[in-house]
Amino acid sequence: MTINSVTSLLVWLPIGAALVVWLLPLSRYATGSLAVLVSLVEVGFWIEQAARFDFGHSGLQFAQRGSWFSDLHVSYHVGEYAFSLWLVGLTVVAMAAAIGYGFWVGRDRSRAYFGLMLLLTGATVGVFVSQDLLLFYAFFEAMLIPLYILIGVWGGAGRLGATVKFLIYTMTGSLLMLAAIIVYGLQAGTFDLVDGPTSASRWLFLGFMFAFVIKAPLFPFHGWLPDAYREAPPEVSAVLSGVIAKAGLYGMLRIVLPKFPDPSSYYRTAILALAAASLVYGSLLAFRSPDFRGVVAYSSLAQSGLIALGLFSGTNLGLDGAVLQMVAHGLVSVSLFLIAGAVERRTTTGELALLGGMARGRPALATLLMVVGVISLAVPGSASFAGEFLVLAGAFQRAWWWAAIGAGAIVLAAMYMLRLISAVLHEARGSVVTDDALDLRAGELALVVPLAAVLLALSAFPAGISHHSFAGDQPTSAVQGQFR
Amino acid sequence: MIATPHVDWFAISTILVLLGASGIALLGAVLVPRALRRPFAAAVAAAGFAGGIVTSVWLYVDSVDGHRVIANGFYRDRWTALAQVILCSVGFATTLISVEHVPGWGRNADRSRRDDHVAEYFSLLLACAAGMTFFVGAANLMTLFLSLEWFSIALYVLCAIDYDLEGSLEAGLKYLVVGSFGSAALLFGSALVYGATGSIGFPEIANAVGGQGLSGDLMLVLGLALIVAGLAFKSSAAPFHMWTPDVYEGAPTPVTAFMSAATKVAALVLALRVLETSFGQESHLWTWAFAGIAVASLAIGNLAALVQRNVKRILAYSSVSHAGFLLIGLSAGTALGGRAVMFYLIPYSAMAFGSFAVVAARERELGEAVTLENLAGFGWERPFLGVAMWFFLFGFAGLPLGGGFIGKFYVLAAAYDHGWAWLVIVGVLATLVSLYYYLGIVRAMYMRPSAERGLQTPAVAGGSPPREALLHVAVGLALAVSVGSLFAVQPLIDLARHAALSLPF
Repeated sequence: MTINSVTSLLVWLPIGAALVVWLLPLSRYATGSLAVLVSLVEVGFWIEQAARFDFGHSGLQFAQRGSWFSDLHVSYHVGEYAFSLWLVGLTVVAMAAAIGYGFWVGRDRSRAYFGLMLLLTGATVGVFVSQDLLLFYAFFEAMLIPLYILIGVWGGAGRLGATVKFLIYTMTGSLLMLAAIIVYGLQAGTFDLVDGPTSASRWLFLGFMFAFVIKAPLFPFHGWLPDAYREAPPEVSAVLSGVIAKAGLYGMLRIVLPKFPDPSSYYRTAILALAAASLVYGSLLAFRSPDFRGVVAYSSLAQSGLIALGLFSGTNLGLDGAVLQMVAHGLVSVSLFLIAGAVERRTTTGELALLGGMARGRPALATLLMVVGVISLAVPGSASFAGEFLVLAGAFQRAWWWAAIGAGAIVLAAMYMLRLISAVLHEARGSVVTDDALDLRAGELALVVPLAAVLLALSAFPAGISHHSFAGDQPTSAVQGQFR
Repeated sequence: MIATPHVDWFAISTILVLLGASGIALLGAVLVPRALRRPFAAAVAAAGFAGGIVTSVWLYVDSVDGHRVIANGFYRDRWTALAQVILCSVGFATTLISVEHVPGWGRNADRSRRDDHVAEYFSLLLACAAGMTFFVGAANLMTLFLSLEWFSIALYVLCAIDYDLEGSLEAGLKYLVVGSFGSAALLFGSALVYGATGSIGFPEIANAVGGQGLSGDLMLVLGLALIVAGLAFKSSAAPFHMWTPDVYEGAPTPVTAFMSAATKVAALVLALRVLETSFGQESHLWTWAFAGIAVASLAIGNLAALVQRNVKRILAYSSVSHAGFLLIGLSAGTALGGRAVMFYLIPYSAMAFGSFAVVAARERELGEAVTLENLAGFGWERPFLGVAMWFFLFGFAGLPLGGGFIGKFYVLAAAYDHGWAWLVIVGVLATLVSLYYYLGIVRAMYMRPSAERGLQTPAVAGGSPPREALLHVAVGLALAVSVGSLFAVQPLIDLARHAALSLPF
């Protein structure tokens, strides 16, 4: 086993563990423990990998390559760049928290449930490390299968409609991407992302972008989002908005920007307009949303817009900020969805009109929601503030009005997040809030506190990510050089 | 004294093994006591198919240079041999699921008469497979038609064999009538081609077309069109698919499983052979014809499947739509298209067979036709079969859970390589539509509570039958092939490429 195979290990360990969980007739407790253990081992492997990562080196690291089938030049090629390393880290941490949450609430049909969560972990890591287009596509699609079943089986009352909508939307995008991949690969003579040339085809650009803007999502392709985020089990919503949505944004960064430079600048204004529209529209919807998860769901739409604004600003600051914001928002949204799940378990509902006054007698819940919420609304000094500031500075370099729209939307973010906090924690005691609704228990604290701690650490030292995502201080030239 | 040609017995060994087994099974119907008839016939069938796999693998290894044997009537080459391996494997798996199922387990079946015709069933299955293994190696229009009728007649009887089962007789009759029409078209087409060229051997036809400047000749083109129609009938491609849903629904489910996998393999393998070998100069005609048929199959198969409730009918329409996908590869008319089709047939036959085998298990458990309603909760009650089923269905839909994904990728790549980007778009859109009904089955199995199921429960139907180890083995094999072909793309595509070298691309 070479040192580079740790990337493959991060992908295949959880998938192997999923098979073990499915095949062995373990008890519910043993299954859950095994899944949590594997997800923690993943975090361990990632930390070990991050410690050995050379952030000054611009090429692919921890790479592994082998032929998959040679006549069309498709290979099994995995490896990491600095920005993929951060997203892999986000994935393993978020999945560990989500699996832990599933264990804590004791999901029924545990073997199926934990197997699917582990499969989802492997597939998502696979998306972030694939360096071959067909492999990327395979993992991109493989994420959908466990998500579909997780939402459809363990979701809320409206789950069937939500799964259909979710799948039809995302598959429309990804199948057009498959067509684009076939055309790109046959024209280029290889499906490899590192070796592959740039393309000037606008059709191919649109094929890829279509998949990514649906996944991210950006306005007006977000039709699947509210239902899926509301009906999924909270830990799956957390993963969906925190990690899976980032796969779409990652695709823009890894594939679209470096491989389609001319179409990217041709459509830049259009994409920036969509991003700005998502930012404003998502924030407004979040402000009007009647329930806890709706606020977080629409704020995710807004944040996707913000990140896309950074990516397509085509500036160094924007790219740095986008990567930082992907990680920061990922952690924020995982924490918020888990807290939402905890609140819903205590009150049976997320309706803001019925909640209120939960801060009294529940200091841990109040403190954590407050901390995460304040980070989320980008209070100066927080990780989100650093990310959003960089993105807006990058957007400003493109044209001042993009930054103006973005800054306006940040005010909206403060409005919807403070509305959420006060509707849950403060105001008069809600009709469904009883004295039986306990404070966060030890198990829940063990999940959310580490996430909040990582966020606080990131707030203290945002440059840890924003200066370590692209080798050197010139992300734009790294993108132009196709990360070679 | 009639001069007999030299016979290369090894070239037809697979056919002989299957025919021999068929004869022994038939003898069993008279000589073996009734109590032992079922295990005896099944064991003979299993041994026959296993022997067929061995001889055809041997033939593949030993036939690097393809040539015609026995008075130029049969091809001994890798294209034939690989198709024979697939056909015998499907036959072997069908034997496994047939042991407990066929014939006479239907609702009205008289239990005491259950074993009356079991040996005939296996005998026919072997004979049918023998006909198909001959069909895929046919080298002239005569052997083509003979072997087509050979396996078709066996299939007509197999469809109707469960005469206690509602719809089985009807299915047999319907298949007979419509199938005869297809055979007639093919025969008429062959006659016209013979009339135009004066030859029946596949390469001789091409030589005659080239030598006499017959390209575009009206009689030849008409003959080609009728041959294309006849083959499209057999591969259940639209608009020649009308029999498919009714026959697939009515036939005993193991027979359906066999038909959906094996008939398509035989028809498409032979179609590629005859079109490439005999009608290479007319490729501008038949590539467009098959592209049209592919688009029609994709459209009709997928749209019709959306409104079905009976799972066998859904899968039948899915089979029509897959004929469309496979024909995309065929219509490219290139070596890439050829090996794409051959590769795709491997996971496709595993998935098609496997999905019908799972339906057979559920059908037996309920004692009635499987619909989306009474499939509710199946995934949780039978975890292995449920998981296998979702692997097959997601594989059909082209999600990366099996070789179906790579197969789809390959045929679409072949279409683009041929310069038909529009066909790639059509294929992609068809996949999108197909997702809805494949996921509908998964949804029914896992996401609807069992309480929503209709009145008929296993308890009402006389209790769940015991778990069938052999059926599980067969489904497990299909699952292994379907998932394994995602990882072992290179070896399988090499097999297909070497096989396709036998064709004059």
